[in-house]
Amino acid sequence: MERILTRWLDIPDLRKLDVYLANNGYKAARKAFFEMTTDDIINEIKNSNLRGRGGAAFPTGVKWSFIPKDSKKPVYVCVNGDESEPGTFANRYQFENDPHGIIEGILIACRAVGSHTAYIYMRGEFSVQQRSMDAALADARAAGYVGKDVMGSGYGVDIWTHKGAGAYICGEESALLESLEGKRGYPRNRPPFPAIVGAFGCPTVVNNIETLSNVPHIINRGAAWYKAIGPEKSPGTKLVCLSGHVNKPGLYELPMGTPMKEIIYDIGGGILGGKTLKGVIPGGASFPVLNKEESERAIFDFDSMRTIGSAMGSGVVIVMDENTCMIDMLLTTAHFYHDESCGQCTPCREGCGWIEKIMTEMEAGQGRIEQLELLNNISDNMVGNTICVLADSIAMPVKSYVAKFRDEFEAHIKLGRCPFKTSSAQQAA
Amino acid sequence: MPKLTIDGKEVEAGANLNVIQAAELLDIEIPHYCFHPGLSIPGNCRMCLVEVEKAPKLQIACNTRVADGMVVHTTSDKAKAAQKAVLEFLLINHPIDCPVCDQAGECKLQDYYMDYDQQPSRFPLPEKNHKGKAIDIGSGVMLDQERCILCARCTRFFDEVTKTSELAIFERGDHNRIDINPGQPVNNKYAGNVVDICPVGALTEKEFRFRMRVWYLHRTASVCGGCERGCAIDIHHHRGRIYRFKPRYNPGVNDYWMCDEGRHSFPALQNETRLTSPLVQAKDQLVVEPWGEGVRRAASIIADYKRTYGGNSIAAVVDATATNEETFILKELMKRTIGSDRIAMLNWSPPGVSGDDELLIRANKNPNTRGLAALGLKADGLDTLASAVASGELKMLIAFRADLVRALGEEEFVRRFGALDYMLVLSTDANETCQMANQVWPIAAYPEIDGSVTNFQGRVQRINAAFPPPGNAIAGVEAIARLGHALDGVDRPHTADTVFAAMAAAEPAFKGLSLANLGEHGVDLAAS
Repeated sequence: MERILTRWLDIPDLRKLDVYLANNGYKAARKAFFEMTTDDIINEIKNSNLRGRGGAAFPTGVKWSFIPKDSKKPVYVCVNGDESEPGTFANRYQFENDPHGIIEGILIACRAVGSHTAYIYMRGEFSVQQRSMDAALADARAAGYVGKDVMGSGYGVDIWTHKGAGAYICGEESALLESLEGKRGYPRNRPPFPAIVGAFGCPTVVNNIETLSNVPHIINRGAAWYKAIGPEKSPGTKLVCLSGHVNKPGLYELPMGTPMKEIIYDIGGGILGGKTLKGVIPGGASFPVLNKEESERAIFDFDSMRTIGSAMGSGVVIVMDENTCMIDMLLTTAHFYHDESCGQCTPCREGCGWIEKIMTEMEAGQGRIEQLELLNNISDNMVGNTICVLADSIAMPVKSYVAKFRDEFEAHIKLGRCPFKTSSAQQAA
Repeated sequence: MPKLTIDGKEVEAGANLNVIQAAELLDIEIPHYCFHPGLSIPGNCRMCLVEVEKAPKLQIACNTRVADGMVVHTTSDKAKAAQKAVLEFLLINHPIDCPVCDQAGECKLQDYYMDYDQQPSRFPLPEKNHKGKAIDIGSGVMLDQERCILCARCTRFFDEVTKTSELAIFERGDHNRIDINPGQPVNNKYAGNVVDICPVGALTEKEFRFRMRVWYLHRTASVCGGCERGCAIDIHHHRGRIYRFKPRYNPGVNDYWMCDEGRHSFPALQNETRLTSPLVQAKDQLVVEPWGEGVRRAASIIADYKRTYGGNSIAAVVDATATNEETFILKELMKRTIGSDRIAMLNWSPPGVSGDDELLIRANKNPNTRGLAALGLKADGLDTLASAVASGELKMLIAFRADLVRALGEEEFVRRFGALDYMLVLSTDANETCQMANQVWPIAAYPEIDGSVTNFQGRVQRINAAFPPPGNAIAGVEAIARLGHALDGVDRPHTADTVFAAMAAAEPAFKGLSLANLGEHGVDLAAS
């Protein structure tokens, strides 16, 4: 398969402006600025069926079309580079290796929605990546691709990087906007939606880095070309973050609709140490876990993953072998969400900590069988009752672990300790 | 106006209302913590989740604007389950220390637990999170972070109303806590309001803490006497003592708020200096005498002066803290019974007090300057009186609530009014002016009387007697009525409503008004 988003693997030094230019760089931007109307651009993206790569899979062209055409306020493009879902590591490579691809995608998005200012919101730990992005921006600015007059078109686009302060919640688009404005990263109530009231009270498009990286290729080669890759309603390639107990973990660019079995056993080289598969966390820590049987029949694209009750999310595949303690996995996940809940809404603020407390007892073998019902009940009380979906992001996994790995909960309770860990008594002997 | 259906009942509600407010029109309570009509809508507590037909999931009523044809269910199984769930979440880390909490009895956690939850705890007690307790955050406000439910009413009040932003939320998740920035305590003149709007016991008032269980308190609607704004208040009292003032909603006057100066002005109304008996000057000191003797004495002296020097040898000074009724009955007495047109206003504020600000506080610390002016009293009348004393025309002065010695300074008072023959002082408290008086009559302070005051905007608001005045003190109108009766034998109106009715008949500014019809928010003076 042709590498599109990861073409830096085939083109050395693609991050440098001259190399990028020598490889069709800024050709799509030129086309969008000089040969296409804003409607042309939006329609091309709509027709390509490009869907947001941040996890929600919302059609990008449709999102752009929500921006009012005659806005009296400035329009902003915010680029979500707050990559912090456990198991994700795609955007960081993009920042480091294809910064101009990102810039070009932003330029086209800005032109399409009538924006003159874009902010790239980067997670707090992305220092190296911010330097890479800033260096590329400086080069692009010097060469006239970014600034008051983009490529002599008379249309100005300025792009700024902005680093967060290390909160997972700031990857949620409205919390990202709050954080960008210098406020506490609290998700906002909707309505109003960012397309009407976004950054600084103005119409705003929030797109994921990976989503925008697709845009120049679609403009260059057309919607029909793009739609031919993978399933028609969920086309394109996807950056897949493969990790866990596989022989060849790493970042892979795969066509949408690649079978999970192929990802684990062929691309990933099979389970580490020749062991057996126990399950997969697809999408990211916030999505329902899959057991062995589900993992082996899962097809990795947005719609197929929904049919088996989970999601493609941001393209995470965490593989777990037979020796993995699923109670420990859930405890780790619960700890993460307890730590990252912003605490704004009551159910999430209090529920995350409660779940972690119960899971700590469970893992230590101190749990009680009736707590399984309590875990389900707490989760039900959280789902859908909060401003953003962080509550759902722990509640849905909890329910999936309780339903699919009930035997492991029971084993912990029966044994009074974790069956997967050597007890201290055994260690002493 | 949009017409919607809530729990099967139809209601027309203004398009700018949310579902909580529309439900209130039907007397349906949708429980809520974070929503406050005077603040922005954060939608964080999730207590007001209701079922809105055609919406895919439960909606928060606070952030749902009414719409035509909307159908809302506040007591469906789904809504009830959500209310119960949110309360359980709120309580798992709450200390449940109601027996020692000042909020007990007026706490929304208690109220809603009884109304919407009532399930035993499923959370083990030893695992509760612990946070800071009894933190003095400044301006007389105490913070208990464990009781806090993080509804952010207080932070929004300081962000949006006072714009001073002293409080913020720190940390994350269930470690979230309200706090001040280190070394920067709350420092504004409206801090007490955060105690009022705190739905739980997280913010309490230093002055009120541990003084009184709230279920013993009675509430009487009144108007703050702290300045000419005249914020609507409730007096919270028990057995004749005031324990606190709380603001009462009055749009356009004080909305939901009041300032801390006004809030803390009540101790001055129940000082040790309160007068409890009529007094008379005898051998250079004031001695107690019965009302009957005092009234007869004053009446005979007034009659003597009137006969010998004419009505204008007698004057009255009314303090701008007097009510409309007190001022009117005294004005009528002077004009019609005594035959004097000498009546002036004392409109004095202590030096160094706070000036006008953008929110509520007014530099003029008198609650009824506008009311006295509407009845024709002038502040510069004092100078006219002083020159009449100098020329020997003015012999006797009736000082009504007016502490002239304090206002003018003793030297100036003696220079201007020292030549008076006789002074009758009607006062709530023993003050320096009383020391100079020939007779002193004890009268009720404003929490002890019915009546009305007119704020600087011209809003006439009603005050109500919370409890009787101390000892033998009586209402000011009653004292004047007794004096009038002793002078002319006529029984004149001497209750607040009858005096008000007479005032409405005689005074153009009060035309068409009646005390009974002032309502909770008062009525504007008739346009002149």
